[in-house]
Amino acid sequence: MFKKFTREDVHSRSKVKSSIQRTLKAKLVKQYPKIEDVIDELIPKKSQIELIKCEDKIQLYSVDGEVLFFQKFDELIPSLKLVHKFPEAYPTVQVDRGAIKFVLSGANIMCPGLTSAGADLPPAPGYEKGTIVVINAENKENALAIGELMMGTEEIKSVNKGHSIELIHHLGDPLWNFSVE
Amino acid sequence: MLREVIYCGICSYPPEYCEFSGKLKRCKVWLSENHADLYAKLYGTDDNTQEVEAVTNKLAESSIGEAREEKLEKDLLKIQKKQENREQRELAKKLSSKVIIKREARTKRKFIVAISGLEVFDIDMKKLAKTFASRFATGCSVSKNAEKKEEVVIQGDVMDEVETYIHSLLEEKGLKDVKVETIDAKKKKKPAAEGAAK
Repeated sequence: MFKKFTREDVHSRSKVKSSIQRTLKAKLVKQYPKIEDVIDELIPKKSQIELIKCEDKIQLYSVDGEVLFFQKFDELIPSLKLVHKFPEAYPTVQVDRGAIKFVLSGANIMCPGLTSAGADLPPAPGYEKGTIVVINAENKENALAIGELMMGTEEIKSVNKGHSIELIHHLGDPLWNFSVE
Repeated sequence: MLREVIYCGICSYPPEYCEFSGKLKRCKVWLSENHADLYAKLYGTDDNTQEVEAVTNKLAESSIGEAREEKLEKDLLKIQKKQENREQRELAKKLSSKVIIKREARTKRKFIVAISGLEVFDIDMKKLAKTFASRFATGCSVSKNAEKKEEVVIQGDVMDEVETYIHSLLEEKGLKDVKVETIDAKKKKKPAAEGAAK
């Protein structure tokens, strides 16, 4: 999604009204229930969320000059900076060490990278197709990417072939390097 | 509740991913200078034996097998080399390019100063224009010149100040040897114009 993304792709920037800010926060909590404990720390009541509309109908939301989450369609997707601050709140999968290099250059994640010895998938029933997952790596503390499941985690275990996660956002991509100022 | 994550000052990744950024050498230096404890955790102390231990530990922890690990290491080295080469080329390009500060007469006593050739140095032109505008209390904007390249245009005769400012700016970026060329479009007429002013 952010393979090519520069300052020129930004169409408009505006401040979000406090009422809409409230609904946004509620939506975020609804999507990621565990985030509720820290939401006021992430987005203090007095803070100003800024909405940055970009090419391809991508919308970024930033607080204090840091992009915290974004949305393309209806779903809110956290940015990696937000994930690093509070990683417990999101569905997480783990890839093995061999995959890191490819993920960091933006490749989709293949099934074997999720099923090998160093990798980790949640136990059944797992996550459904279309879930936004945070991708962690073997022996690492912090997440390295965010993607959307192209098949359910149970299906990944049984099929074990081909693309399994479509990458949305990874360390070092243009959104990661994007500064609001 | 919130976690504070340290990001590498060189490659901007969390330090544990530095090895994949292709800038590992500089990252290591940065980390050992700024967060020595983290450095010790990730790469072991400078003591050689411990370093070896760390490597073997890494191998033991890794699940992908020795052969693949070796290949990965090789690939990473390759990336690193590539990155280094690229950086060197960029630096050479930066050093060989020059900044041009040009003064043009608009009417008899009015001048504009145009600065071009800044785009190579990762300088935000719009921001620079803003700083100039407030610094000299003049109009200042970014526009495209005849060669379709961006330049900063300042209203008013502030060439000398601009020159010193640009020099200090480049020095800050560690590019002291970059040439800054000044062109005075109406040099001959200048004394006459000043004379007229008096």
